[in-house]
Amino acid sequence: MAECHPVGFQWVVEAQAGGANVFHVDPRFTRTSALADTHVPLRAGTDIAFLGGIVNYILHHELDFREYVLAYTNASTIVDEHFRDTEDLDGLFSGLDHERRVYDPATWQYEGMPATPAAGRRTQGQAHEQAASHEHGSHGATLEGGEPRRDPTLQHPRCVYQILRRHFSRYTPEMVEQVCGTPQHLFLELCRQWTRNSGRERTTALVYSVGWTQHTVGVQYIRTASIIQLLLGNMGRPGGGILALRGHASIQGSTDIPTLYNLLPGYLPMPHAGSHPDLSTYLDTVMGQRKVGYWGRADAYMASLLKAWWGDAAQADNDFCFDHLPRVDGDHGTYQTVMDMIEGKVKGYFLLGQNPAVGSAHGKAQRLGMANLDWLVVRDLFAIESATWWKDGPEIATGEIVPEECRTEVFLLPAAAHVEKEGTFTQTQRLLQWRERALAPKDDCRSELWFFFHLGRIIRDKLSGSTDERDRPLLDLTWDYPTAGEHDEPSADAVLREINGYDLSTGELLDSFTGMRGDGTTTGGCWIYTGVYAGGVNQAARRTPGTEQGHVAGEWGWAWPSNRRILYNRASADPEGRPWSQRKAYVWWDAQRGEWTGEDVPDFERGKPPDYRPPADAVAEDAIAGDDPFVMQADGKGWLFVPSGLLDGPLPTHYEPAESPVANALYRQQTNPARQVFPHPVNPSQPESTEPGNDVFPFVFTTSRLTEHHTAGGMSRYVPYLAELQPELFIEVSPQLAAERGLSHLGWAHMVTARSAVEARVLVTERLAPLRVGDRVLHQVCIPYHWAHGGGLTTGDSANDLVGITLDPNVHIQETKVGACDLRPGRRPTGAALLRYVEGYRRRAGITIDTGNHPVRTDRPGASP
Amino acid sequence: MDLRSWIEQWPVARQLTGHDRLGRGAAAMSARSAELRARTEDADTVSRSVCPYCAVGCGQKVYVRHDRVTQIEGDPDSPISRGRLCPKGAASKNLVTSPLRQTKVRYRPPFATEWEDLGLDTAMDMIADRVIAARRQGWQDVDEHGSRLARTMAVASLGGATLDNEENYLIKKLFTALGAIQIENQARI
Repeated sequence: MAECHPVGFQWVVEAQAGGANVFHVDPRFTRTSALADTHVPLRAGTDIAFLGGIVNYILHHELDFREYVLAYTNASTIVDEHFRDTEDLDGLFSGLDHERRVYDPATWQYEGMPATPAAGRRTQGQAHEQAASHEHGSHGATLEGGEPRRDPTLQHPRCVYQILRRHFSRYTPEMVEQVCGTPQHLFLELCRQWTRNSGRERTTALVYSVGWTQHTVGVQYIRTASIIQLLLGNMGRPGGGILALRGHASIQGSTDIPTLYNLLPGYLPMPHAGSHPDLSTYLDTVMGQRKVGYWGRADAYMASLLKAWWGDAAQADNDFCFDHLPRVDGDHGTYQTVMDMIEGKVKGYFLLGQNPAVGSAHGKAQRLGMANLDWLVVRDLFAIESATWWKDGPEIATGEIVPEECRTEVFLLPAAAHVEKEGTFTQTQRLLQWRERALAPKDDCRSELWFFFHLGRIIRDKLSGSTDERDRPLLDLTWDYPTAGEHDEPSADAVLREINGYDLSTGELLDSFTGMRGDGTTTGGCWIYTGVYAGGVNQAARRTPGTEQGHVAGEWGWAWPSNRRILYNRASADPEGRPWSQRKAYVWWDAQRGEWTGEDVPDFERGKPPDYRPPADAVAEDAIAGDDPFVMQADGKGWLFVPSGLLDGPLPTHYEPAESPVANALYRQQTNPARQVFPHPVNPSQPESTEPGNDVFPFVFTTSRLTEHHTAGGMSRYVPYLAELQPELFIEVSPQLAAERGLSHLGWAHMVTARSAVEARVLVTERLAPLRVGDRVLHQVCIPYHWAHGGGLTTGDSANDLVGITLDPNVHIQETKVGACDLRPGRRPTGAALLRYVEGYRRRAGITIDTGNHPVRTDRPGASP
Repeated sequence: MDLRSWIEQWPVARQLTGHDRLGRGAAAMSARSAELRARTEDADTVSRSVCPYCAVGCGQKVYVRHDRVTQIEGDPDSPISRGRLCPKGAASKNLVTSPLRQTKVRYRPPFATEWEDLGLDTAMDMIADRVIAARRQGWQDVDEHGSRLARTMAVASLGGATLDNEENYLIKKLFTALGAIQIENQARI
């Protein structure tokens, strides 16, 4: 955090000054470790074993915040009798189709409740489903069949609490040490501090950076963190929570208003072919038959969105133009798309402030994909590598791309910088902040707002006479934003108003999403952002100085939803609505005035008393009891066990990374059985830890960032101060590994994987210590990924060229944060010799197209029948 | 020069007798440094902005004089950053004023080995034609079960995490109306 979010880290230091104890758990010793009270090292890719060890510590010593756990989580809920755990099936859960590597979650359900429509989103004839869990966005899956059965004594062998105990019982401190290489005393110290500093009087915050998502088990990493924070009563309370540090200014915003294939704005799913023939079927799967919680109003959110997009054409009798929406039917994520480019299925590609030739996994696959397009449009501040690969990319040197034979037409369009346009970012804390425009962009530089508005305008003009039904969605589109200035810049303010939405009956801007209706009389482009223009005021532009308001600072910018700064903050009070303690008072029930009050906007209906119990026929928020704080969940509870919505299991389980030199010490199943693989000659994978040839790649490596650079370098390698501060790519190694491999400080070395070899200067440092994993010493290597050879003031190899493509099944995110490699002194070969060199490694490791691409391995010696 | 003025030429005398007891301000100034002015003082405009790098959201004040950015500083009013910027944020004036920035459209025709110039309007028109053509080429009406698809698989996009919400909104809206579904950003990476 000190390394990549330095200014945010000032608050950690501030908390430390107030007595907080800061632990930094990371394979690397970074600037964060230097400031933390304790640095806890672990092997990259073993976080579930580590966190699972903490869950086990909590449950074994019964240190959970029992009153919170009983009232606010599903700990007491009883699970179907047919459920089988990884303890029963040696690393697999019940319901796995071994052939297709897809789980049927029927046996994971609460007792007496049918499987939910999530299962109905299967992709016919494909090995992988689309991002069904991601589709649920910010909420859990729907639940059908009424109130689940519960055992408040937590003794029933099939209640979630007992299942959790059994599932994690072997995640002992000894096992943590064996798997993660973390010394027991450090691990136990963290367990003691975390549990002592949680409960009625105290809370502990967990901060992760989104490298956690870059694993084949990334979603389950975060799930394990959720289990700990729910068991310890740290969710929805001040000083608690799970805080994701996101690395791009508005990556939160680009998920809320998604440039993502599987979502519509506000986490409404994209409609699915087959499953969603019409609007009512679509709404049934989003809202659930019981329509519980705020998703029970999805008809209003969806109708308002469709009205915002298709205006007068969207009417009740045509499903508000629901059929103007294209349908998804599988994984259409960026990696699938790149593989489709290599296969020639994609003709045109837009890159908008993104540099996949350097920043995405498997740089060569990215570049070969782009070399097989008809046309490519790159919009950026600089001539980044994703625009110039046809001229100076690594494949020009190896001969894999020959400019004279490459047909891709490339348009490089200069973009406007952040000071040259107005608009909102949504920062990592869900906070929208409006930026004023300081000056107009020069020459051909333009904002994306300009580019897309005018591109749409030109395309609509060209198709204006069309009678083709396929062009209707385009021609019916509301696309009449006011423009101003010499470049006809569209009004970002008008767009933000459209996002907020209007009441069509009065013409007024909506104040809250609760004012949205499903009958077509309201509009709103993103329901969770409704209220950003409450009272006709741009709330995101509010700038009451921090010194003139309290620590919640609710008058600086605007947080979705409804300017709430801590989500689920009803949980900061006990079931009766009283603060858990005076020290941790945040939001509470004022019985005299009959409303929730406190320091934040209550994340609860203001007038709903704690003793409210929903009548049997209640829907939407009325179906949530007065003591159920998790208002987006179908049962109002925090989910320790997830009956529906995840594709790789209802509980987190330690699997080894796809490419790891270490065998799974917990189960015979080595890697996530449901992980997504792409067997293709361009994408060779390395042998799993138990397979022959694994020892060709004996070291664990991880990729990372530095304070002075930013992601793929497009905004930092071109900036002189930053290029000077971090002038060259380097590989961090321990003195022991340097001695073992004959590496010298500041000399050259190169790392090799099945994809490529990458050279860099050697940084020999004790910041990286060898770990004792099982019965051997294991070395880790770290490399930053900011560099490339195209433009910029500092150049070097791209670390992401080392990484292959295998994905988390839930969200289709790649495993870039851990891999296995070889490390050699000296520089790598160049040109065609580089290809021969890497081919030699593949041959020695016996790599074929099948290698590493069969995650379910029941044929291993001694594997369970 | 009288004796008093002569003595006050010494910084230590000013430090001991004046208000600047720590000797970090007025007491330490020479005639030259007393005349120096911050380049923020004569800015034509000051705009409130937000750092474009990571997602913490540090406040920035952007100073412009004669239609050029002359300084970018941390905004002390921000309850998030309290005026601080990290090395990247502090270098963001460098980013926006860099002479390395691309300011003209560049075009690489098929099989070419060098860039060519191209007018922005021409580029926009060419891109529009290509989108229309590719969209038709990759169009799918229904799947093999006859279920409605109404989409094109020939146009893809990547990017959005560095952009504004309003921009992402128009990107998603236009591509969805075009039937293009492979619209992605860094959140998937």
